[in-house]
Amino acid sequence: MKILVCISSVPDTTSKINFIENNTKFDNNGIQFVINPYDEFGLTKAVMIKESNQASITVVSVGDSSVEPILRKALAIGADNAVRINLKPQDSYSTAQEIANHIKSSSYDLIIAGKESSDYNSGAVPGMVADMLDIPFVNACNGMSFNNDTVLLTREIDGGIENIESKLPLIIGGQKGLVEESELKIPNMRGIMTARSKPLEVIEPNGNTILTKSTSFKKPAIKGDCKMIDENNVSELINELHNVAKVI
Amino acid sequence: MSIIVYAESWEGKFRKSTFEAVSYAKKISELFQTNVKSISIGNVEEDELKKLSNYGSASIESFPNISKSDGKSVAEIITDQAKSANLIIFSNTFNAKSIAPRVSSRIMAGLITNVISSVDDKDNLSFNRQAFSSKAIETIKLNSEKGVICISPNSFEIVESATAYEININQKNLENDIKVSGKDVNKGKISLSEAEIIVSAGRGLKGPENWNMIEELADELGAATACSKPVSDIGWRPHSEHVGQTGKAVAPNLYIAIGISGAIQHLAGVNSSKVMVAINTDPEAPFFKAADYGIIGDAFEVVPKLIEEIKKFRNN
Repeated sequence: MKILVCISSVPDTTSKINFIENNTKFDNNGIQFVINPYDEFGLTKAVMIKESNQASITVVSVGDSSVEPILRKALAIGADNAVRINLKPQDSYSTAQEIANHIKSSSYDLIIAGKESSDYNSGAVPGMVADMLDIPFVNACNGMSFNNDTVLLTREIDGGIENIESKLPLIIGGQKGLVEESELKIPNMRGIMTARSKPLEVIEPNGNTILTKSTSFKKPAIKGDCKMIDENNVSELINELHNVAKVI
Repeated sequence: MSIIVYAESWEGKFRKSTFEAVSYAKKISELFQTNVKSISIGNVEEDELKKLSNYGSASIESFPNISKSDGKSVAEIITDQAKSANLIIFSNTFNAKSIAPRVSSRIMAGLITNVISSVDDKDNLSFNRQAFSSKAIETIKLNSEKGVICISPNSFEIVESATAYEININQKNLENDIKVSGKDVNKGKISLSEAEIIVSAGRGLKGPENWNMIEELADELGAATACSKPVSDIGWRPHSEHVGQTGKAVAPNLYIAIGISGAIQHLAGVNSSKVMVAINTDPEAPFFKAADYGIIGDAFEVVPKLIEEIKKFRNN
């Protein structure tokens, strides 16, 4: 089985978010970039599939050279080779197009993406790739196993879980549950050493159709002071929530 | 020209988020002096379909034979209906996320998700959306003639606007792309994304056996229950309840955090809540800096009192 894991380089979850150039650009200064947490579940799942079946894992990221450290990390975790598509992502559509083009030229059986990236939270790319390639798409996927040539999947739906059966090729938008947090693979020394010699191919983009344009950012308004209520006077909280905040 | 709404239904019924989407579409349709067309997928009775007209939908297209779980089929139906549309509106649900990207790609319409603003100038199709797990608001402009807009649930008002309507039942069938072999739905439970009130608890609860009081408090308030990341990681509560940066982002009217210290990753997912209450034994807990109301105290003492007081309040 040929597996492609799509990964995105995102600010570490503890990052303080700031913007520069008149609030039009994200401020990279002092930010530690990591593999998008949702993609990390998918990458670990791919390594587990490889351990129990015959499989090869390619990781792909759309970005400039600044995304190479996370590709190397993915190689150290267990991917066999990496592909960087040399385009600074501008919108979901152009990113999806580049990934879809790569998939067309390399024909993968299983494509694993995260349900969204933890920075822009669009959750758009995998579904667009599915449409461009006309393959099934299972979003918010939190479980995957194989029964001969059928893939058995579970996905989160509003207020529950749905069980899905699909054939390959297939693309998923993965999340926790695909593997547990405790199962996430951390690169060991041997992995880090071998990752250095694994292939990392850079390919040039071949289209650049942009359907949306990010124009500015702002931070949410800062909240006022917290009104402290005595633990022996809980009725005051009810009163505040009902009469002042009017939320109950 | 028209504005299209995907009128999502659950077991044959529409929800608040559906009516929010119709109301949102109606408001924009006035700007463009056009009509709102709703598309309903799956078996929905005519009495229920009619409700869409209460919020401004003039045309209601129903496709009872199509399965909403099959994103590709639904995208195909919406694409067919969207030929003369300039905007297609979804509520930002799990189901929408399986459909909207396909529609966007198919008709080359820019997709904008997590939208929290409306449009007031038809020549400037710019939208504000939540990004960086609610740590920032991003403004995005459509660079395409058409747009697919997914609005955040619980961010827009439902506005009554009774409209003359027509309903078309379309008997179209499509072959399914994926097979749904089972479903497990928490009946009667309020979904987190739509909940107006959320009662959330963290490690301060000390063990899964202590969640009874959290559920009781939630029941009294008609609230959904949620939890912090550590609690879901150690398996005290299901992953689906995890709110925060790598879980769900929520925006209820009221978020009550019990025994949650308020790590930056947790606050990121909840700080769009309109009002936040923190209950914690530690006066230095970061949550008190983000909350509107705080109680320093032991959850095991404060929560039962809160339940009592809410019962009294309900009885008055």
